[in-house]
Amino acid sequence: MTEEIIIAGFGGQGVLSMGKILAYSGIMHDQEVSWMPSYGPEMRGGTANVTVILSDDRISSPYLKVFDTAIILNQQSMDKFEKSVKPGGVLLYEPNGISQHPTRTDIHIYQIEGNKIATEMGNKKIFNMVIMGAFLKIKPIVELENVIEGLKKSLPERYHHLIPLNEEAITKGMNNVKTYLKEKQVL
Amino acid sequence: MSELKLMKGNEALAEAAIRAGVDAYFGYPITPQSEVIEYLMTERPEQRTGMVVLQAESEIAAINMVYGAASTGKKVMTSSSSPGISLKLEGISYLAGAELPAVIVNVVRGGPGLGTIQPSQADYFQSVKGGGHGDYKLYVLAPASVQEMSDFVENAFDIAFKYRAPVLILSDGLIGQMMEKVNLKGQQKRLTDEEVIKRHDSWAVTGKTNRERNIITSLDLQSEKMEARVRRLMKKYEQMEKEDLRYEEFQTEDAEYLFVAYGSSARIAQKAVQLARAKGIKAGLLRPITLFPYPKKVLFDLADQVKGILSVELNAGQMVEDVRLSVEHKVPVEHFGRTGGIIHTPEEVLEALEQKIIN
Repeated sequence: MTEEIIIAGFGGQGVLSMGKILAYSGIMHDQEVSWMPSYGPEMRGGTANVTVILSDDRISSPYLKVFDTAIILNQQSMDKFEKSVKPGGVLLYEPNGISQHPTRTDIHIYQIEGNKIATEMGNKKIFNMVIMGAFLKIKPIVELENVIEGLKKSLPERYHHLIPLNEEAITKGMNNVKTYLKEKQVL
Repeated sequence: MSELKLMKGNEALAEAAIRAGVDAYFGYPITPQSEVIEYLMTERPEQRTGMVVLQAESEIAAINMVYGAASTGKKVMTSSSSPGISLKLEGISYLAGAELPAVIVNVVRGGPGLGTIQPSQADYFQSVKGGGHGDYKLYVLAPASVQEMSDFVENAFDIAFKYRAPVLILSDGLIGQMMEKVNLKGQQKRLTDEEVIKRHDSWAVTGKTNRERNIITSLDLQSEKMEARVRRLMKKYEQMEKEDLRYEEFQTEDAEYLFVAYGSSARIAQKAVQLARAKGIKAGLLRPITLFPYPKKVLFDLADQVKGILSVELNAGQMVEDVRLSVEHKVPVEHFGRTGGIIHTPEEVLEALEQKIIN
């Protein structure tokens, strides 16, 4: 199994830390992992993205052009990465703030209203774990218990009391992800 | 005891330095290697092992602190990124001339000048063709993973002390900034002063003992003596070529076309090999792990088997010269690379092979 993922959105949405938790979960699952961020001037107030690869084998390139899954959290990233999903692959996105919805017909498209759910839960920082839950529902490549272990590893201990909240967010994400049907786009 | 962690390349290198029992690190921050000194400062190695970590007032100060500390037989290192390494080159030439063991790390960014903070491999010439002045070479290790960022610290010190010569770890922004699983080695004890004296009393300035004084210098105004020194250096480099060459081959057994790439480009080229094979093109990869010594003979022999070679580098064409020298015109050799901080994709690399070599 090799899963090549890009997570892309605004700086501050927890893109990089979600990638890190996913990578740690992979390690807990005894997989090879790589986490390659875009770094540099584009991170300041602009878009942030990270390529995460989980694999049963040694990982070759940590830097990729096409992905099995694109997790897209803003319009700029949609413009940039919709075309980067492999045919038959997955595009998961947060519809809030998206004006140009995806149009491809050769990939599986899903929506998760992460902002809405996180706001309802009373903690906007939990947003990225809602997204994580949605992703894991579509592609159960790591078990929830390994994600919790991954959270423990990547969060400083002073935040460990928030792990149950993170777990709840993941579960909400799993329960609320929905297939995006292109017909809905015609309004 | 080893330990499994998810770390950035820069952090893994810094942690490995503490665990390898390094005595001192002198540095100055610069993107994309600032995590090295940042991590070292956060980890408080002065409490963990007694290791000194010092942010100098400049890169030049840092490399000269390395010179001073290395003169005492201690394990010392510094790190920087391209423009900072340019500043250090005078000191590096002096280290080579004075035959001092030290480890220098370059997490390369794009150049020339201040260039860009993003990944590049444009310091190949600087690393293997001198860089500083005079007849010297550096033993150059090129890590291609976070694991190697960790492992090569100890390897580099072994070589540095074996030959009493400066060793360069040539990384880049991609390997430095990415995170991977890393298996950290157990903690080695730092040598005590008595142990250092016992090991290095023949050359180091270790304090007053019952012996002739040791003089650390790169200066010899007497021509015959200076020539003897240069010859001694050349002998070391010959021995490095015989005993400490490192490389890795990937699917070369039946390869008809060959990529040659090191560091981050080797990772990307490895994926290009997989993509090529999926299309029925028998491609392989030779990854030099040491850039000096260079796997000349391996390339010379592979040239009898393959129809063409593509040198893949994040620069405008540097290592390709050594590939050409190695294969002695037996087969066509071309270069492919991006610059300016742009990283080539595996697809681009394969396309370059098809356009420049196969067609």
